Amino acid sequence: MGNLKLENVSKAFGALTVLHDINLAIEDGKFVVFVGPSGCGKSTLLRIIAGLEDISAGGIEIGGRDVVQLSPAERKIAMVFQSYALYPHMSVRKNLAFGLENLRFKRSEIDARIMEAARMLAIEPYLDRKPRQLSGGQRQRVAIGRAIVRNPDIFLFDEPLSNLDAALRVQTRAEITRLHREIKTTMIYVTHDQVEAMTMADQIVVLNGGRIEQVGSPLELFDNPRNLFVAGFLGSPRMNMLKGKVAAIGEAGVTIDAGFGSPLTAEIDPASTKMGQAVLAGVRPAHFTLADKGLPFIAQYYESLGTETYVYGTLEGQTEQIIIHRTGHFAPGTGERLFITPAAGRMHVFDPETGLALPRAVEQRSVAHEHA
Amino acid sequence: MSAGLNPIAFVTRTRRQGRIDITDVLSWVWLIGGTLAVLIPVVWAGLSSLKPAAEITRFPPTFLPRAAVQQTVPGYEAPLSLWKVTIDGQQREMAMVRRIGLKAQMVDPKQPGPPVSVDVRDMSAVQRLTVATENYSDPLTRFDFLTFLKNSVFVTFVATLLTLIVNALAAFALSKYRFRGEKAIFVLIISTLMIPLTVVMVPAYLVVVGVGLVDNLWGIIIPTVASPTGVFLLRQYMLTIPDELIEAARVDAASEFRIFWRIILPLTAPALAVLAIFSVLWRWNDFLWPLIVLSSRDNFTLQVGLNAFQGEFSVQWHYILAMTFLSLLPVTLVFLFLQKYITTGIAGTGMK
Amino acid sequence: MSTLRLPQIGERALDLVMGIVEAPINGLERLMGRKRMPYLFLAPNLVLFGIFTFLPIAIAVGYAFTGGTELFVSDRPFVGFDNFRQLLECEDYLRPGSCRESLFWTAIWNTLWFVAFNVTATLLVALVTALILNRAIAARGFFRAIFFYPVLLSPVVIGLIWKWFLDRNGLLNALLQMLGVPPEIFLLEVGWSRFFVVVVSVWFHMGFYTLILLAGLQAIPRDLYEAAAIDAASPRRTLLRITLPLLGPNLMVVLILLMIRSVQIFDEAWVLTNGGGPGTANSFIVQYIYQMAFGSDLRLFGLASAASVLMGLVLLALTLVQLRLGRKMES
Repeated sequence: MGNLKLENVSKAFGALTVLHDINLAIEDGKFVVFVGPSGCGKSTLLRIIAGLEDISAGGIEIGGRDVVQLSPAERKIAMVFQSYALYPHMSVRKNLAFGLENLRFKRSEIDARIMEAARMLAIEPYLDRKPRQLSGGQRQRVAIGRAIVRNPDIFLFDEPLSNLDAALRVQTRAEITRLHREIKTTMIYVTHDQVEAMTMADQIVVLNGGRIEQVGSPLELFDNPRNLFVAGFLGSPRMNMLKGKVAAIGEAGVTIDAGFGSPLTAEIDPASTKMGQAVLAGVRPAHFTLADKGLPFIAQYYESLGTETYVYGTLEGQTEQIIIHRTGHFAPGTGERLFITPAAGRMHVFDPETGLALPRAVEQRSVAHEHA
Repeated sequence: MSAGLNPIAFVTRTRRQGRIDITDVLSWVWLIGGTLAVLIPVVWAGLSSLKPAAEITRFPPTFLPRAAVQQTVPGYEAPLSLWKVTIDGQQREMAMVRRIGLKAQMVDPKQPGPPVSVDVRDMSAVQRLTVATENYSDPLTRFDFLTFLKNSVFVTFVATLLTLIVNALAAFALSKYRFRGEKAIFVLIISTLMIPLTVVMVPAYLVVVGVGLVDNLWGIIIPTVASPTGVFLLRQYMLTIPDELIEAARVDAASEFRIFWRIILPLTAPALAVLAIFSVLWRWNDFLWPLIVLSSRDNFTLQVGLNAFQGEFSVQWHYILAMTFLSLLPVTLVFLFLQKYITTGIAGTGMK
Repeated sequence: MSTLRLPQIGERALDLVMGIVEAPINGLERLMGRKRMPYLFLAPNLVLFGIFTFLPIAIAVGYAFTGGTELFVSDRPFVGFDNFRQLLECEDYLRPGSCRESLFWTAIWNTLWFVAFNVTATLLVALVTALILNRAIAARGFFRAIFFYPVLLSPVVIGLIWKWFLDRNGLLNALLQMLGVPPEIFLLEVGWSRFFVVVVSVWFHMGFYTLILLAGLQAIPRDLYEAAAIDAASPRRTLLRITLPLLGPNLMVVLILLMIRSVQIFDEAWVLTNGGGPGTANSFIVQYIYQMAFGSDLRLFGLASAASVLMGLVLLALTLVQLRLGRKMES
């Protein structure tokens, strides 16, 4: 059974603590992505689950078994490494067989499993080649094949796409997702690329500075980031932040004064704030709409991607960059003034002191369906 | 840029296409002179080793191995030596029966009649190119040469094998693990590079006596097996093997020792080859330590044996040179085939 | 199933053997835990180093302060600094005959002279050869190989080859006779024998040092020479201002290495000169130690060890200089 439970896991290298008190439960069969900036501890956490690193404190259970004292092999996990770590002196077939030989599988069973994995990954033609005779994408498949033949309870992927070029990355991403649907085994996937996280995960774990910032489905995280870090980390381009003050507190929400005589309405719990509190209002570029009046936005330059356009500029008289998104072609002149307002219900409000998001007025409200 | 005979210009200028000047000439003189200086003593010893005992000390020496020609003549029991003789202004080849003072008794080998008397000043020995293979076959059959050879081969082979295993294991531990005392142990091992055998040979001999290996081939094998150079060379190479491979193997349920021999050893093959070549050369050429440890003739290695021979057969140069050549042969072959490995290995590690 | 090919059979056989070897080691791994395996892997090496390198160093000191002819330190009477006193007591160090242990001082002076000449000659020959080989010369690999070849030969073989070359009836005398020079028994004449010990040593080792210096020369970036050529530097200035300063650290390392090895001259000289002859003209320090301890049943282990300790201190000093230079080179 591929469910995983981490309890108060800490890891220190000497005086440096890289993981603080991690608690996490992963259900069997889920595709979970650990994401975060480099140095956030995501790879260390993966290696701890694999048994390649010891923990300083805490407990790990895989399928209900305490595995803290167990070796990687005994944990029934398989791992795909960033560099693939294929044994360069062995043929693809031997690479796949090595783990099974170590576990003293019967020859016939080994051969059967290799053929099965090779078929699934379409690597049959390369079975007798050495890794160096393969392309990057082929090596990647072999590395995954080496994990598959082991028939593990949990697959661990350590940034497996970072050595591939952009086109191949998109393709392999889809293949890994397809593979997961096919074999339905728990997969834990580490990446620093939010696009990979958003597109592949059932559940995303955002890590920063050795702590879990938020756990949830991609859209939960996108729509309801728990704090400034998650808000800024997920979504590209990043979320715009407007400085403001709570100007009025009503039944349905709170009015925020961000200047320019154009109050913004946020659907947050009135009890969570008080009049005059300084807040940060977060609006994603796509959630600004053009209007006749609103916040005055001075366009500086724009990037046209064909189907969409990003306009970069500032609010009039301010210096912080604001990015807005338009579908289709759009070509504002340099210095042109536009009026923008946040789309209704799409504004996030954060307490700049704690970095935490102020809770929504209607917590259960789902906005997922509204996404195009 | 007319450098003329300036010796500094001569060694530093880089050759330009299509022009030959004095510096090039001097460079080539130096290189060819050096080549001759290296080769002549070796080739000379090689050619001499093919000469028969009677010819080897002839002075001035002939260049190629030659020997007096002998022939059996009907009517004479022992074979007679052939001479070129001038009789009545006519050159003939005749066999010498005996020599009395300045006169020699000669017969015609084809039509042996009564001997004729010839003045020794009118004759010269007939010589042909002769290879004295007995110089090589005699030591192999009559002396202990074969024993020495066998001992040397045994010592070289076993010591090299053990050197590779023991040092590769240590290098594996020092390159792929983090453990308490790692640094201290590495420094300790490398520091032994600074202690040459010549400094500790007396107490090292005591230790060999103490463990009962004196006058025993194992007494020269075992003390030389742990090699700081070997550990260093292999460790540096193993450091270049990605750690992820080892982690992958651990995930693949390989034991640590299995990781060593299925992953690390095959991937360290180039460095192992270099160490193997060095070890073979060291052990094959080793002299002072075997000289101290080995005392009975049955246990002598080739080098100690050769040294003993030259004391015993001080005038029998034909045997000594032939045996010298036999012992030089494997090294020369190793060099011819593995020259690139050796020179790059030395340039890369600064060891010998 | 395809039939087994020969390499496969070899592989299977190796697997079988390693399977047997590995079983007890894997058992130990289960017993001790993965983390302690490096100690197991280090054990054979450390045991051998301990017994045959570190233990002897400890004993050497013990020997140096004891006398008698017994082999085992426990059987030997303590004599304090007697051995050192015997080695070092001297009326006039320049005249070995006036010293209590005149043979020791003869060996010291012989060694010093040998080191001086050998280091100078080897360094010069190796440097010139390396500079020439560093030029864009045809057949560089061939010459490098030729000069390197003697390095691989055994000192005994080299001693014998040269002994024959220098024999009364040898090739050198034959060549000299062609020039009208009377034959000479080189190895029985003090001056000539010393000269040829140096020649043979240079002949033996220069290829090694050439190789190291050549590696150093080839590490000097080509564009420096191109820049110098553009700046119209003369070859002399290029050598003095670019090549030698940049080669400097390598030269120092080679110099120290040469000194360390020259001090330990023994094998080839021993064979060439029939054990240091004529007389004691070519008797060097290592030979002195060897003879005191092992030669003709003298068994003066204490005296030999005291001399070893003294030589070891000199070598240690040289090595420390080398290490310091090495560190300077890295920074």
